[in-house]
Amino acid sequence: MNNLLNTIPVNDYILLSAILFTIGVLGVLFRRNAIIIFMCIELMLNAVNLLLVAFSTLHNQPDGQIFVFFIMAVAAAEVAVGLAILVMVYRNFTSVDINVFNKLKW
Amino acid sequence: MTQLTWLIPLLPLIGFLINGLMNKRMPKQLVGIVAAGSVFISFVLSVIIFFEVKNGDGQAITITCYEWFSAGNLHIDFSFLVDRLSAIFLLVITGVGFLIHLYSIGYMHDDEDYARYFAYLNLFVFFMLLLVLGSNYLVMFAGWEGVGLCSYLLIGFWFKNNSYNSAAKKAFIMNRIGDLGFLLGLFLIFQSFGSLDYSTVFSVASTWQTGDPTIMAITILLFIGAMGKSAQIPLYTWLPDAMAGPTPVSALIHAATMVTAGIYMIIRSNVLYMLSPVSSEFVAIIGLCTALFAATIGLAQTDIKKVLAYSTVSQLGYMFVALGVGAYTAGLFHVVTHAFFKALLFLCAGSVIHAMGGEQDIRKMGGLKKHLPITHFTFLIGTLAISGVPPFAGFFSKDEILAHTWAHSMPMFIILSITSVLTAVYMFRIYWLTFHGNFRGSAHQLGHLHESPPSMTIPLICLAVLSTLGGFIGMPSVFHAPHLLNGFMIPVYSHFEVIQEPAVTHRFEYALIGVSIITLIIIFIATRNYYVSKGKVPGEDASFGPLTTVLYNKYWVDELYDNLITKPLQWVSKNILRNIEIHLIDRAVNLFGGSVNFASNTLRLAQTGNMGFYVFVMVAGVLALLIFKLII
Repeated sequence: MNNLLNTIPVNDYILLSAILFTIGVLGVLFRRNAIIIFMCIELMLNAVNLLLVAFSTLHNQPDGQIFVFFIMAVAAAEVAVGLAILVMVYRNFTSVDINVFNKLKW
Repeated sequence: MTQLTWLIPLLPLIGFLINGLMNKRMPKQLVGIVAAGSVFISFVLSVIIFFEVKNGDGQAITITCYEWFSAGNLHIDFSFLVDRLSAIFLLVITGVGFLIHLYSIGYMHDDEDYARYFAYLNLFVFFMLLLVLGSNYLVMFAGWEGVGLCSYLLIGFWFKNNSYNSAAKKAFIMNRIGDLGFLLGLFLIFQSFGSLDYSTVFSVASTWQTGDPTIMAITILLFIGAMGKSAQIPLYTWLPDAMAGPTPVSALIHAATMVTAGIYMIIRSNVLYMLSPVSSEFVAIIGLCTALFAATIGLAQTDIKKVLAYSTVSQLGYMFVALGVGAYTAGLFHVVTHAFFKALLFLCAGSVIHAMGGEQDIRKMGGLKKHLPITHFTFLIGTLAISGVPPFAGFFSKDEILAHTWAHSMPMFIILSITSVLTAVYMFRIYWLTFHGNFRGSAHQLGHLHESPPSMTIPLICLAVLSTLGGFIGMPSVFHAPHLLNGFMIPVYSHFEVIQEPAVTHRFEYALIGVSIITLIIIFIATRNYYVSKGKVPGEDASFGPLTTVLYNKYWVDELYDNLITKPLQWVSKNILRNIEIHLIDRAVNLFGGSVNFASNTLRLAQTGNMGFYVFVMVAGVLALLIFKLII
């Protein structure tokens, strides 16, 4: 494991993670397609996962990686529910554009 | 046996609980038996204890039931004190109380709230016994408040009548004013002596200087309490109005027992009053003014109970004069004899009212002698006793007070003698107007006239006997008989030498007796001549002369209080309501609510329903936190 970090320094992991996260945030902010937004959220989650794994290796402590498994499991469940909602939304609105879903307001 | 003293107040309390809880589920006969029976057993116990105390060495016995509470260095025991003073009060309260319970069985027979009435009456006896038995000022205060409550409940017993309710409220509020003084007195006692126990307070106080300002303040404050409870100027106006209650209540509470609580309190605190000549003088002056003032009002009243009520106020003033001049035993003596004859007079008045079908105006009575022979005879005895005709009870106690006053101050003696003459005049006035002459009521009332049932006449006869013989416990020295009460009371004044025997010559005593007998004979003949032979019956209210109008309207004291205190108070309250409450407080509260409403109405608009906006705000927030963290 350690040699993996020897070849690629931990800074690069952080940088990659930051880039991935920023892409995710910007995607959530600027895209209107609900499925794309979903994917961007997944991207943010995975950026965090990457960081967790990298630091877990750096400190030689496995619990960070255990955490990642949890996040993956929860994310999978969340995607299942989220996509189900999206399917229902599409059936009702024949669209997945989030600007259409603005009925819940003051 | 004295260890069983706690039974004496407990029994009426049990009677109260039974009658109060069972209320109308119990047959009427049983209600009466429970109520009168519990007081009777208390009376028997009181007699036993009285004789034990009498034969004992006069040492006060304290019986501690339990520690009531303690806070800091204040420890209050719920404990009783049995000494010769409380023994006498026990006898009077349970004895007269029992007779009045008995009388009530007949008097209240047709009332639908029979059980409630007896429950209140028993509760009253309980609190009154607590008042005189307590071994510290706080237990006394508990009883003091309790009798005030029962007085309120019983004055307003017929609560469907609004004016009766007002009378009850008036009595309660007036008493509260006095009670505040009493309470402040207790605080001051605790602060000065570190205890509320009689024994501690008195033994500490007896080492203080005479005329100490703290003791003066305490005694004046306690006396303010007595002013309220014992109806002295300026807090006396509740007592005449308290006649709204059933007549036995007037006899028990507003003549024989509760109103003498103030006298008891001062005799109990004799050490403190001995140490403060100024407040003693104050007590005497207030008593004197009340005695004269109330007696003059009594001259012109036309309601039989009102006359007796003002007479009570006047007689209480008498007792306070006795206490003020240091003649504690004479005051106590008058309490005892007054309890007999005033209870008798009230019960007779009740019997008359009963026969007249609720009529209380003496202008509508007259000639009742032949219809109510027993009532007439006992009322005559009561009248003779209160007027001070020898050998009836009032003669001895009154003469003793007069003699003490003579030894104390000449002007006081003169005023008190005038009061004594007035007492005889107004008493004979109602006697002649009620029982002699022609009947002036309606034909219906005439047909209804009847002597009361035995349950009412037996107490009358008992009290008449007591009013006749009661005076022999305190014979003046001219008769060469022992003054039993003086000898009995010596141990109560253990800290100071209290003058018991009036410092007057025998010649003065003879003169006093002679003059009073002659005066009474003149009054007797003159009033008979005026009211019976000439048939001068007071006319309608409008036909009164100027002096009578003033007296009939009680010097407009009620109106004065109304204009001086009640109306300004109401004016202030109304203005507070109108200006401060509505314009200040209401507005402040509404402003608060309004601003919250406005803020939430504005913030609500942030919920646009646009998901992109939410996400943007969230990210912006996270970024802001980040930047904030970086800067700091």
